[in-house]
Amino acid sequence: MPRLNAARKHTIDFTLNGKAVSAEAENRMLLSDLLRHEIGLTGTHVGCEHGVCGACTVQIDGKPARACLTLAQQVRGSDVRTVEALAPDPAVLSPLQAAFRRHHGLQCGFCTPGILMSLDALLREQPDAGREDIREHLSGHLCRCTGYATIVEAALAAAEEQRKEETPNA
Amino acid sequence: MKPASFDFLCPDTLEEALAALADGGGDARVIAGGQSLVPMLNMRLARPSLLVDIMRLEALRRIETSGDEIIVGAGVRQAELEAWTDLSRDLPLLAAAFPWLGHVQTRARGTVCGSIAHADPSAELPLSLVTLGGAVSLRSRKQKRRVEADDFFIGMMATDLAEGEMIEAVHFPKARPGCGYAFREVGRRHGDFAIVASAAIADEKGLRLGIAGVDDRPRVFPLPALDNDQFDDAINDIAWSLNARDDIHASARYRRELVRSLGRETLKEASRCRA
Ligand SMILES: Cc1cc2nc3c(=O)[nH]c(=O)nc-3n(C[C@@H](O)[C@H](O)[C@H](O)COP(=O)(O)OP(=O)(O)OC[C@H]3O[C@@H](n4cnc5c(N)ncnc54)[C@H](O)[C@@H]3O)c2cc1C
Ligand code: FES
Ligand code: FES
Repeated sequence: MPRLNAARKHTIDFTLNGKAVSAEAENRMLLSDLLRHEIGLTGTHVGCEHGVCGACTVQIDGKPARACLTLAQQVRGSDVRTVEALAPDPAVLSPLQAAFRRHHGLQCGFCTPGILMSLDALLREQPDAGREDIREHLSGHLCRCTGYATIVEAALAAAEEQRKEETPNA
Repeated sequence: MKPASFDFLCPDTLEEALAALADGGGDARVIAGGQSLVPMLNMRLARPSLLVDIMRLEALRRIETSGDEIIVGAGVRQAELEAWTDLSRDLPLLAAAFPWLGHVQTRARGTVCGSIAHADPSAELPLSLVTLGGAVSLRSRKQKRRVEADDFFIGMMATDLAEGEMIEAVHFPKARPGCGYAFREVGRRHGDFAIVASAAIADEKGLRLGIAGVDDRPRVFPLPALDNDQFDDAINDIAWSLNARDDIHASARYRRELVRSLGRETLKEASRCRA
């Protein structure tokens, strides 16, 4: 690839929530800002912009990652998923989201999109994830409202539900 | 909290990357996982004129065994080495250290070599490399050289890396049968940088203790056996020889106490693993 000039915008092709997108951005643009300001997906939240709070967590090639510590240029050709990809339909929550609602896993909701993306990746990679694995993943997120206990309960419930669905006769 | 502007190059070959770094002088910088560099860009503590993204260079994405060393290329992410099937057999010290290194979400992007290049005085990977007695392969347009870990780290976030040079790989000595390894640290919260981190090796020659978070770089020391009556004095001397400082995270006195107590615990665990 040629050297991309700082003063201009450049096209970045990648996959976003299953669809091919082509976005224009300056080199200095963060993935979090590309998603929110250029593409208009504001589900990804921005708290600290230095990797500490976890609000901006998305999935890049299936792995949870900080959108605020990723340059838009770095996701060229990658598969990016945001919280908008979770619900199968605008009127239907995903099982993980529904469990958050049932177990009061959110209050103000600022931290929620990031936490959902981390836990969604965990439950996909490790369907037998237990309390410790969930807590380990949550250690990369700050929540100022819930005290975390209800988030852990919601995740455990979603994991259990997912296991039942996968082995319907068990 | 937005980066200042910079040119961006995603080279197709290592030669192209090295040429850009050579021409860019001190203003061109490698970007690997971005987990330390992007926060610095966001806060404008770093204002490079050019970033060279090395993550698409296939040649750098390798974990290889060569003789008694494991060679980890600059394109290997921390999570990839953490998931490497032979890690607990060949690099048990790293297997013990990884859970302390940031979070799942930062290890998914951050690289092994990026952490070595960043040289944070409390970082786990530089400490592990120094304690194991590993080395770093450096490469510039003009030359290749190998530097022993202990000579590579020269101060607070300062290394022997010259202008136009990059880390091509790091070399970790492979675990030997009959050696015990252990890693422990104390931090405020899980995933935070350590206040003090300690790495220990027990082998037929005796004990070695590596300490990070106290001096301006990781340091390693030999120690007499735990049941030797010189042990307490020896570890106390180590604690006082490190330039412990007070900062917002901990006092110098607390850090020295951690060197003594955490150091002893880590050495005990390494000795148990050896037995
Ligand atoms: C919330 C949070 C918590 C963290 N906690 C810890 C922790 O507990 N312990 C810890 O050790 N780290 C921690 N880190 C930092 C760690 O995640 C980084 O991955 C690591 O320090 C840098 O690796 P990187 O690949 O991301 O490098 P980058 O951020 O891309 O680069 C870092 C620096 O190294 C240079 N560089 C990178 N690769 C090379 C190369 N091959 N040759 C020459 N120069 C190079 C860059 O130019 C830059 O100066 C944390 C980060 C965050 C955001
Ligand atoms: S906004 Fe990215 S981690 Fe806080
Ligand atoms: S619900 Fe408010 S920060 Fe988590």
